[in-house]
Amino acid sequence: MAGPAATYDLGKLHGGLRLAARKSESTGLPIQSLPLPRQLILPIDQHVGDPAQPLVGIGERVLKGQVLAEPPGTLGAPVHAPSSGEVVAIEPWPVAGRHGDPAPCIVIECDGEDRAMESWEEPIPYAELPGDTVLQKILQGGIVGLGGAVYPTAQKLMQAVSCDLDYLILNGAECEPYISCDDMLMRERAHDIVSGARILLHALQLDCAYIVVESDKPEAIRQLAAAMTDAGDERLTLKQIPTIYPSGGEDQLVQLVTNREVPSGGLPTDIGCLVQNVGTAAAIHDWLQAGEPLISRITTITGDGIANPMNVRARIGTPLAEIAEFAGGYTEDARHLVIGGPMTGKSVSNDRVPLVKATNCILVMSALPANGPELPCIRCGECAAVCPVQLLPQQIFWYACADDEAQLREYGLIDCIECGCCDLVCPSHIPLTYDFRMAKARIRELADEKARAERARRRFEARNERRQREQSEREAELARQKAEARQAGPDAIAEILKRKRREDGD
Amino acid sequence: MEFERHEAPHMVPTANVARMMQQVLLALVPAAVAHIWFFGPGLVFNLLVATAACVGGEALMMRLRGRPAVGALSDYSALVTAALLAFALPSLTPWWVTATGALFGIVVAKHLYGGIGFNIFNPAMAGYVVVLVAFPMHLNLWVAPRMGDIDYQFLTILQTLTYTVTGSLPDALTYDDISRATPLDAMKSGLNDLRTTVEIRSLPIMGDFGGVGWEWIGNFIAIGGFWLMVRKVIRWHIPLGVGAGLLIPAGIMWLLSPGTEPSPGFHMFSGAALLCAFFIATDPVSAAASPKGRLVYGAGIGFLIYAIRTWGANVDGVAFAVLIMNMAVPAIDRITRPRIVGHSKDAGTL
Repeated sequence: MAGPAATYDLGKLHGGLRLAARKSESTGLPIQSLPLPRQLILPIDQHVGDPAQPLVGIGERVLKGQVLAEPPGTLGAPVHAPSSGEVVAIEPWPVAGRHGDPAPCIVIECDGEDRAMESWEEPIPYAELPGDTVLQKILQGGIVGLGGAVYPTAQKLMQAVSCDLDYLILNGAECEPYISCDDMLMRERAHDIVSGARILLHALQLDCAYIVVESDKPEAIRQLAAAMTDAGDERLTLKQIPTIYPSGGEDQLVQLVTNREVPSGGLPTDIGCLVQNVGTAAAIHDWLQAGEPLISRITTITGDGIANPMNVRARIGTPLAEIAEFAGGYTEDARHLVIGGPMTGKSVSNDRVPLVKATNCILVMSALPANGPELPCIRCGECAAVCPVQLLPQQIFWYACADDEAQLREYGLIDCIECGCCDLVCPSHIPLTYDFRMAKARIRELADEKARAERARRRFEARNERRQREQSEREAELARQKAEARQAGPDAIAEILKRKRREDGD
Repeated sequence: MEFERHEAPHMVPTANVARMMQQVLLALVPAAVAHIWFFGPGLVFNLLVATAACVGGEALMMRLRGRPAVGALSDYSALVTAALLAFALPSLTPWWVTATGALFGIVVAKHLYGGIGFNIFNPAMAGYVVVLVAFPMHLNLWVAPRMGDIDYQFLTILQTLTYTVTGSLPDALTYDDISRATPLDAMKSGLNDLRTTVEIRSLPIMGDFGGVGWEWIGNFIAIGGFWLMVRKVIRWHIPLGVGAGLLIPAGIMWLLSPGTEPSPGFHMFSGAALLCAFFIATDPVSAAASPKGRLVYGAGIGFLIYAIRTWGANVDGVAFAVLIMNMAVPAIDRITRPRIVGHSKDAGTL
């Protein structure tokens, strides 16, 4: 029996915060299945990379698992029909990715029959297939990183196999308050996570995977340990990490687990690590072992604006309003709708937005307490003390105010992971994370401007060069004509002059 | 349903500047009570004058700068400046001396540099240095502490108030009747007269480590300071730096020559060393930014206090030490920048 995981040889994370977890609100019930909604709204851009291109037309009948849209380029993921029905519209619809502003979506009117494709597949004997075939297969499942970053999984894996990998790390840290979907997944489907991990190890040709869970999830740890014992796979190790926000950030997790730092601007694969969310592992299992592409996910609906916080498994495309209704509706105080956790989540303007692959949490909050005005920075240094990347936010803030790009780069603005820790400890209530986001955007803008200016300069120089070349060519031509005339002798010159005079006379 | 948008993080900070400053003021209360017990009610009048001048000066400057005065005053930082200045001044100080220091600190050192957050120099210490230079005689006049059986003159509340307002003593009394050399004074002049530390330490004004009264005030300042650390209003780096910077050279010199060098304990419990370590040097605005930088900054202050006391003309050196290290902050900040995670090495250079 692989006993409960021990916390051992962990790297150190600088700073971070111990936040009130507020997860027990939503972990009282098992994961609930949401009934099929009337309509499913599927944004074609649910992932990092190019938006998928619709393959279906309005009026077309689709089956559960049918590919509705496919990415045009090399980076992206297909979108599958989460249930059977009719495509009734392809139009802009409010989406969470744009804070409730519209983006192109495929709208399906469900027929309620939930009929699956005939080719709804049998388990794939992945162990007999070569790794890259398995990767190709994963690509077709529409699977993206379910921790919130929604990077297409297959492409992340393909990039990783070209690197010298040591570890696969499954992220079950789930460090933001309120969110408990991974916790519940680990409690209820530990075997599927372990199975997904083994598929990943096979696809990557690796022999070491860490499943990492924060210490405040004892039940999840117990279930995973049991599932690992059942699997009897020695390549898997369970690691327990302290409950400190933001230990679940990809780079932070790598640092904690392996004591290696992801180089600035680099990826974990640069230091031999590949991180996948536990939910992603389960989705890979679902696709390869049960033939179900990524058409549903577990999401936490919680917060003091929700009557009965819980975790639900819902089809991708379900309007959030229906999930909220399922969870007992809103309380009177509901004021903010946040997709994701309270630290990094995106606030959206209305609940018509659909559940997408990235939606790990629907947080409905009452009005935030009045915060007092923003005061000047008093350089107390609390922000630097909590920064997990060991930046000096107070200095970055200073240079952001001064719009000093060189110093912003020097002080590592680009390395800021926007975890929000500094905001929470600032006695002057400066919205540091927001200011840093703005400053980053401004730097990108400046870089664009610079690139534009550089292009303009090159264009200008090319033009000058061309003119110069033409000028010298003209001069050469003139000189040649002169020389020719001279060679032809005085009579010829007189002839030419006479002709010219005649022409002028006309 | 429609919702209000909000920028992440969707949680509100719990700390605020006003509460920090209130806690600093609260942490000074035990020391203030001890101060009044040992040196009479003068501190109360100094506090009143300094507070009036700081608040008035801040309101005036905010008005001149075209900003709402309430905003600046509600952060309580002017009150902290007033309190620190009042603590630094002798308990008997005429009002114009206190007011000059307070106004210089607030008007010049704080607001002419852009107000809270932008001042390079510690306002209280800038004000103190100005009055030290402008009114040296007044700043040398320390009344004798309450010392049990020793015969001493203690001014009544009314007499203290009269002195604060007019700058003159009651007819029957002279300065010599009420004042005593401070422990640091006695040590310095004693050593100059080639007496040994043991002889000097046997004077009635001397206590267990520092001077009678002074060391008790020091105890309460340290208690207040530790409470601020527990409350996380201040961190430990600067106090430790100041302590190490002062005690290490003092300790070495004392071990080498205990007869001519005062003990580290004497240094720590005399003058404003403890007040500096916990309350003055820890002003975040004018201090270095990073933990390492704060250790260096504190150590610099501690060492300068030792150097000024030992080799300088002044009896105590806290104000100068703090102001000099204030000037060094930009350099310290550059040199002690922490290594950003994922970067190869310390990028800090001058």
